Amino acid sequence: MNEIVRVSGLRVAARNEEGIDVPIVHGADFSLNKGEVLALIGESGSGKSTIALSLMGYARSGCRIVGGSVRVGDVDVLKLSNAELAKLRGRTVAYIAQSAAAAFNPSKSIMDQVIESALIHGVLSRKQAQAKAVELFRELALPEPERIGARYPHQVSGGQLQRLMAAMALITDPALVILDEPTTALDVTTQIEVLRAFKKVVRERGTTAIYVSHDLAVVAQMADRIVVLRDGQIQENNPTEQILAAPEHPYTRSLLAAIRPAARQGAGDQEAASAEEDVLLDIHGLEICYGTKKVLQDVDLKIRRGAAVGVIGESGSGKTTLAQAIAGLAPTTAGHILLDGQPLSRTLAGRTREQFRRVQFVFQNADTALNPRHSIEQILGRPLRFYHGMKGAQQQRRVAELLELVQLPASIAQRRPGELSGGQKQRVNLARALAAEPDLILCDEVTSALDTVVGAAILELLRDLRRELGVSYLFISHDISTVRALCDDIVVMYSGHKVEAGDQQAFVQAPFHPYTNLLTNSVPELRQGWLENCGAAKGGLPPIGEPTSSAHLCPFLDRCPVRIEGVCNRSAPPRHNIAGGSEILCHHTGAELLKAQDCVNSMKLVGTYA
Amino acid sequence: MKPNSISPKASIGSGKDNALKQDGANEPVRTRRRRLSLSVGGVIGLLIVTFWALMAVAGPLFAPHDANAMISDGYFGPLSLEFPLGTDYLGRDILSRLLHGAPFTIGVALAATALACTAGVVLALVAAASGGWVDALISRTQDALIAIPNKIFALLMVASFGSSVPLLLLMAAFAYMPGSFRIARAVAVNVMTMDFVQVARTRGEAMPYIIFIEVLPNMLRPVMTDFGLRFVYVVLLLSAMSFLGLGVQPPDADWGSLVRENIEGLWAGAPAVLAPAVAIATLTMGVNLLIDSFGGRSKREMEK
Amino acid sequence: MNSTIARLVGGRLAVGVLTLLIVSLVVFFLTSLLPGDAVQEQLGQEATAEAVAALRAQLGLDLPVHLRYFNWLGGLITGNPGISLVNGMPVDDMIASRLPNTLKLAAVTTLVSVPLALTIGILSAMYRGSIFDRYSNMLAVFAVSVPEFLIATIAVLIFAVKLGWLSALSRSVEVESFGELVRIYALPVLTLCCVLTAQMARMTRAAVVDQLSASYVEMAILKGARPIRVVLRHALPNAIGPIANAVALSLSYLLGGVVIVESIFNYPGVATLMVNGVVTRDMPLIQACVMLFSLGFLMLVLLADLCAILSNPRLRK
Repeated sequence: MNEIVRVSGLRVAARNEEGIDVPIVHGADFSLNKGEVLALIGESGSGKSTIALSLMGYARSGCRIVGGSVRVGDVDVLKLSNAELAKLRGRTVAYIAQSAAAAFNPSKSIMDQVIESALIHGVLSRKQAQAKAVELFRELALPEPERIGARYPHQVSGGQLQRLMAAMALITDPALVILDEPTTALDVTTQIEVLRAFKKVVRERGTTAIYVSHDLAVVAQMADRIVVLRDGQIQENNPTEQILAAPEHPYTRSLLAAIRPAARQGAGDQEAASAEEDVLLDIHGLEICYGTKKVLQDVDLKIRRGAAVGVIGESGSGKTTLAQAIAGLAPTTAGHILLDGQPLSRTLAGRTREQFRRVQFVFQNADTALNPRHSIEQILGRPLRFYHGMKGAQQQRRVAELLELVQLPASIAQRRPGELSGGQKQRVNLARALAAEPDLILCDEVTSALDTVVGAAILELLRDLRRELGVSYLFISHDISTVRALCDDIVVMYSGHKVEAGDQQAFVQAPFHPYTNLLTNSVPELRQGWLENCGAAKGGLPPIGEPTSSAHLCPFLDRCPVRIEGVCNRSAPPRHNIAGGSEILCHHTGAELLKAQDCVNSMKLVGTYA
Repeated sequence: MKPNSISPKASIGSGKDNALKQDGANEPVRTRRRRLSLSVGGVIGLLIVTFWALMAVAGPLFAPHDANAMISDGYFGPLSLEFPLGTDYLGRDILSRLLHGAPFTIGVALAATALACTAGVVLALVAAASGGWVDALISRTQDALIAIPNKIFALLMVASFGSSVPLLLLMAAFAYMPGSFRIARAVAVNVMTMDFVQVARTRGEAMPYIIFIEVLPNMLRPVMTDFGLRFVYVVLLLSAMSFLGLGVQPPDADWGSLVRENIEGLWAGAPAVLAPAVAIATLTMGVNLLIDSFGGRSKREMEK
Repeated sequence: MNSTIARLVGGRLAVGVLTLLIVSLVVFFLTSLLPGDAVQEQLGQEATAEAVAALRAQLGLDLPVHLRYFNWLGGLITGNPGISLVNGMPVDDMIASRLPNTLKLAAVTTLVSVPLALTIGILSAMYRGSIFDRYSNMLAVFAVSVPEFLIATIAVLIFAVKLGWLSALSRSVEVESFGELVRIYALPVLTLCCVLTAQMARMTRAAVVDQLSASYVEMAILKGARPIRVVLRHALPNAIGPIANAVALSLSYLLGGVVIVESIFNYPGVATLMVNGVVTRDMPLIQACVMLFSLGFLMLVLLADLCAILSNPRLRK
């Protein structure tokens, strides 16, 4: 056997606030052969990162490895002295951290950091190490491999930093590489590039690796075996094919179920809304500038009464700013927002209490959206009193009703947010918005900070609430499958522009806007081999000349795989309807897009939505 | 806006609940006990502070002798049963003088600190809530005041207005207000950007509600720590002024004055000069120990 | 030097000048709220009204307040801060004769305390939680809690009175030998250093500890870097800004600390001059001294800002 790693009976404890050691990993056992990629998968708090770090004999502050053994090669890592551990780290076992932006030292050049471990361990001379780094940069498909090393971390993008960190880990040819959620902080379209680069070097170099992630679909592309963790215990340890096809453990099955986008229950709840064109919110020509920078440009949007409109886009697309503009938090510089035909003031100051009541904002992060000094009863009671003048027993009764509505026990009314779990806090956050009895709820990434299973439950709750109360949603997300699962209409944003808008059906089948297509194709699918076969961002971009008039050109020009020389870099794209019903901002006709996208997509979509 | 890309770095509201993130529906509500746990140093600090707080109120009642009576023949007398802390340069009982000085040293400093912190916090809230030019104006002025070192400012005030007790109080309050303002403003601006404040704004709440109900309760802890630190500075400043002969004037005497009037006793190693100095040191050290055990001090120090 | 840095530095300078202007306003109007007293005092109660008025006119005190302010400010800028009300000497001469002494004291104190404090601070950050860390922390709390005059008196008691090693008073500042230098400066410097070092060490420790909790430090450890390398090569370059800030703030404490120390040791510096000025209510002298100390403070802060700006890799080309 080529066994490289054997972990047996590993136990790790964390010290809690009372100073008592609480076990967070209870006796983990697994092993790993040379050239294998093993995934540790689980939700937050499952102990996956803790286990991965203990392979380097490292425990984060507050944690302690209390028992078991971790053999890497011939040595028991847990029995090594500090000096011996330092010799192992970066040489025998190397680490790739989750957030490269934080894990790179801001005041040292990239090259210095990439070759540091080779110099510390005396594996290579500085010159050799630099040559090897450049070689790795090239393998990882980094731009300007000869020169990127001279830059500082803040001068390169997040996706590039993540790949540079892989170079940093591989510079010493370690026996084992640990990848700790290396793509979690990235946008999907960047994630796919990074995954592809990782996969390539891992395969070419025959690297033995442990891949830590919460995302089964990502892991399915990378790993040969998957270890499923929950609350510090191994639930299942099987080859990837088996986990995906025939999971043994019920927990694995529930994880799989939560990831698959629950297909919408047909047009059932859409009926009421689409019956008549009852427009609740009408946004026209919206523009927002911060200084000279336009963060939103010429955005039109209609929300019908009782409808759910999804807005998707990556970071920097302006999707959150759009919600803030509707709420009055981001003053608009042009355009108007009508609520039931009545214009909403561009700032908070000009709005009436009734207008405030009708539009409620639910923030992404319930940790910071609930005042830690107030009890849940105070938090929910305030809007009741503020909008409806409810006091005393009536208010208490209504608070209990609201808690029931979001499926929380009435007993938590006296507690403070710090005593609740993430999912509970997000439910309180929703209940507060419902207390106003609003017409429109602006949901800003409300499931993003939550674990998959918890997020799926919140999504389910949102769907139920809409059916019961007939409230409208503007649902903002970076995740197209979440949006597809909840919304009637979908808007795609890219760097402040609305690039595509249409009903949910239009987003099932090509043609799409090229960006939507990229976004859809970048979402990892739960099947092995997806990464190799998916069409997204593969191959180079068609070459184009220097853009002539930069002002009104297509925002997606720099990344568009179907851009046309002489057209896209010369004139502004028109907004027009394509087959399938959606409206796009693109020079291409629906037929052209369909031709370009169809061959890859249709097959895949059948697979997903069958 | 991807999961995990946000690190709630803010000092408040970051519930550490990654151990248990089950969904809320059927999960039993977790309770977290909040205990005020003090280290050994903290307990000692608390005892000292309590003791001096009592003395500040009731000290003069415990005095065994008349503080101004020259009752002993010996100048700079040693420790004895009759005069537990010896006698001073005029043969007065040091213990009694010390106890009579306690209200001056502790009381004046406490009042000055309270004034400084209240003014600082109020100005900070006004600045943070208004923003724009109001904020700029207040901040610039406070920055200018901070640029005059405290002791130099004290000398300037005494030179202009003399050194009566009310003036000393005002002077100390003025000298330490800018520092308090700075910290309170930093905290307030930080809290103002929190999502729960944004929620209140989009609910249509008026500024007073936001300031008093949403923001202020979240500022209490840092402001209280700052209060303790500032109290120590004020005690040291007032004592230093008295030591220079520019603070509390005879016949009243605070602890700084006691050190000054008995400085000649230093050559003889008389307890008269050491006792009041040690009293000041224990008071300030007690407060420091107490603050230290609450933590978060080093951060405050960075902001002066 | 790129344009961003130039713009930032220029901005800091402008703010410094503006702050100094506001300080001058505060100083002038605080000292002018009770006009006339000094003239009356100087001439005595028997002086005739005419004599008082004549002197006031001579000193420019009969002009409207804002004109007096501009006269005074103009004087300050051109190096002519006025004439002492007490002995009629030009204030700039009085200060000029004392300033070098105070600067010498400050320089010696800085030279001793900064290296000491940085060493203690960095060491206790590296070995936080160790015995060294805990004891240095306890000592620091002790040092910042004790009034300087207690430290000074105890030091005098031990070194000058009991042991007779050092002189308690620094009447002469003309140094002829190293032994003399030590004898004269040892006690004042020791006193100033106690508080200064403690404060600076604590702030340095906090700045380094802050960096040590960063992700890139964990990464360095996981690359196999030893603790010394982690601190010196990784954490320290990023802590330069906060440490410079800590040093500047602590040194600005020195500006107030010299008041007590110079008085106790009867050291002929600017601070004793100012204390005497306060006793005699010599307003032009006090005004000038306050402006001088504030200028010192602002220069320190400016230097710290410069360090922070120049050490920020994001501003590098």
